[in-house]
Amino acid sequence: MWTLIQIELFKIFRRPRTYIAFAAITGLIGIIQFGLKLDGAAYIDFMMRDINSSITVEGKILNGYQVCYISLQVLLVHVPLLIALVAADMISGEANMGTLRIMLTKPISRTRFLLAKFLAATAYTFLLLVWLAILALLLNMLIFGTDDLFLLKSDYVVLLKKDDIFWRYIWAFAFAMLAMTTVASLGFLFSLFAENSIGPIVATMSVIIFFTILSTLNIPVFNKLKPFLFTTHMIGWKEFFDIKVNDANEAIVGSIQNPQKIITSALVLMAHIVGFVTAAVVIFKRKDVLS
Amino acid sequence: MYKSLLLLVSIHCCLLVSAQDMTGLVMKVKAKLDQVNDYEADGRMKTDVSFIKAPIGKVKVYFKKPNKFRLKKDGGISLLPKGGVSVNMNSVFAATDFVALSAGETVIDGTKTRIVKLLPSNENSDIVLTTLYIDETNLLIKKSVTTTRENGTYEIALSYGQFASYGLPDKVVFSFNTKNYKLPKGITLEFDDEKPVSEAEKLKNKKGRVEITYTNYVINKGVSDTVFK
Amino acid sequence: MEPIVKVTGLTKSFKHITAVQDLSFSVNEGDVYGFLGQNGAGKSTTIRMLATLIRPTQGSIEIFGRPLLTNRNEILRQVGAVIEKPDVYKYLSAYENLELFARLSGVKVSREKLMQQLDKVGLSHRAKDTVKTFSQGMKQRLGIAIALVHDPKLIILDEPTNGLDPQGIADIRNLVLHLSRDLKKTVIVSSHLLNEIEQVASRVLIIDKGRKIIEGNAADLFDPAQTIVELQTFDNVYAIQQLQLSAWSKHLQPQRDTAILIRLDRQQIPQLHRDLVDMDIQLLSLQPRHSLEDYFLQVTSGNQHVDTYSN
Repeated sequence: MWTLIQIELFKIFRRPRTYIAFAAITGLIGIIQFGLKLDGAAYIDFMMRDINSSITVEGKILNGYQVCYISLQVLLVHVPLLIALVAADMISGEANMGTLRIMLTKPISRTRFLLAKFLAATAYTFLLLVWLAILALLLNMLIFGTDDLFLLKSDYVVLLKKDDIFWRYIWAFAFAMLAMTTVASLGFLFSLFAENSIGPIVATMSVIIFFTILSTLNIPVFNKLKPFLFTTHMIGWKEFFDIKVNDANEAIVGSIQNPQKIITSALVLMAHIVGFVTAAVVIFKRKDVLS
Repeated sequence: MYKSLLLLVSIHCCLLVSAQDMTGLVMKVKAKLDQVNDYEADGRMKTDVSFIKAPIGKVKVYFKKPNKFRLKKDGGISLLPKGGVSVNMNSVFAATDFVALSAGETVIDGTKTRIVKLLPSNENSDIVLTTLYIDETNLLIKKSVTTTRENGTYEIALSYGQFASYGLPDKVVFSFNTKNYKLPKGITLEFDDEKPVSEAEKLKNKKGRVEITYTNYVINKGVSDTVFK
Repeated sequence: MEPIVKVTGLTKSFKHITAVQDLSFSVNEGDVYGFLGQNGAGKSTTIRMLATLIRPTQGSIEIFGRPLLTNRNEILRQVGAVIEKPDVYKYLSAYENLELFARLSGVKVSREKLMQQLDKVGLSHRAKDTVKTFSQGMKQRLGIAIALVHDPKLIILDEPTNGLDPQGIADIRNLVLHLSRDLKKTVIVSSHLLNEIEQVASRVLIIDKGRKIIEGNAADLFDPAQTIVELQTFDNVYAIQQLQLSAWSKHLQPQRDTAILIRLDRQQIPQLHRDLVDMDIQLLSLQPRHSLEDYFLQVTSGNQHVDTYSN
């Protein structure tokens, strides 16, 4: 199995397409960094215009943690599309190249073959997120320094102390990993059904975009649907940046407002991953390879 | 509601106490505060605004005559009410031009206080009216309610301890009105449902408080002008 | 001798068509088994079933004496296959491809061995080049190197000469002969070209529309003196019954559509004619096919002409 995963990773990282996602993330983070470094004050003013009418916020709002949060907020909506690019190509790409035929005449059971491929896609997702963490968190901490994190939520604002943030990011990335793996498993499932990569990639992206729109729309009819959409749960990482307050309305350092919500979301995502991968295995085992 | 209360209080004053000039008392309090040329102090600041979740923060406070005041947080981010500088009492007296009228007496925290209304003579002053609750025996301001043109009405409650002789409080509670806070979920990219009504109601409580507990006053040891910049 | 491959009653139905129907054949050790049929005859489907790419709807496949479906991995360890185009990873070099597939086949092969393998197919000088830059013939040779890298007992080559130039075709032919004669491998090779099979095969199976037409030793099938006679009768069941009881039973070939096929020497045709009359078989037509090639072309071209026998 390990050999198989190694081979799959070797294949992934020898393909130019793989690096599109890394380049895209680097580019996007670079643009955010450049823009905020250059014109961050204006951005913060704009961000603060609603709160400034009654509260004056003083201090270095635009620090590395803030830039990381902004980056993640923007990027984690789009990283799934980059992951789809590789995950949805895992099987269909091989069918398209014709290599699936050779692969499946090798003495490896289809289940193992599929799981190895999925694990390789997961490893790719992991590396992509590590890269994102390096750029969005560590690099921004270097460039912009660290300070308290001031966040605007829809109904309230949250101020997190400087030394109560880093661990939240670690967990947030871990959660993002789960969310992105869900995307990878969906793309992976779709990749069984086509002999070209475009179809599954577009299908995965469409599902994500469609669900995300449904998740974002605040229309009562759709609100009932929201808990059943995995995209709703994908932004669960944000919950790590909400803090509990005591009766005196003091934030309790080191607390999370809604840990249950995170756990629920994580379980929903895991159930999706298991569901998608199991479906993929069941279908793939019975599939005739005609490419 | 507030206005009618004010009116009621005014009428009350006129009828019973008959407007007394309180300038003398105010000048005495001012003189007491004037012993302090400058100070710096450490404080713990707690922001209690319904829509703000913030931890207790350490602050440093600097003051220099006549009315330079600065609240600093060590590197962190601080949330202060708009016009937050007014946490300082000295600014109340910065303008020498005012009319001070008595509006009766009341008891605050077990201490008998005189209610003094300060009306600035300057028509363009931001402050419209300041009501001070003065402990006459100790010459300490226990509470002040200030109505401004720009920043609404805010209330400051002060408790004294070790530094009462300088007129410097141990604890200042600043209460103010806040506007409603709400951002569309589309902007904050939140997908979750609306908050339950009770929680939403809680967030609508519009009274905000900032509480600063002072420790370690360093008085009249000189404070560099640079800290106020 | 136990056959290496034994296929019994193999059927594969897709949604709208039955690609292979009730196909039985066996391949013996050391055979170069020629698998002949037109495009779309069911060769590819059969070969893919042998390589576990397609699941049979019915029937069984035994390889090395064990059922393929339940012993897939052990069996495939001893099988090398090139199915249709020899597609490999274009963004990897020839060497990397070969190494990768060797590992997937469960063998650790040294660098020298891999280079030797590339050398055998004449690609050692291009070992480090990505496959993108290869010609069709080079890809085909690399595909064969991959099929052989784990030293399998059984080699399946599906249309190996497709898209090759005459030199490439000759190379493949020599390779198949080399595998069989020098390395004593069993080879199944499919093609739609009779002469290709004729030159290498020791046994031949011809299929059309998913059914077996004929199976036999190449030496017999390609014997110019041998011919095949197609009979049309009023009652095929009765006719076959009678023929099986007679001396003709060993000449009888599997039935195709409505025709009964009999293989015999050309001189025996009058005797057959007389015997049929004696057995009271009501004959509609009797068509001799002059050679296997003629026969193959006719059955597979789909437009058989009726040519009533007259002595």
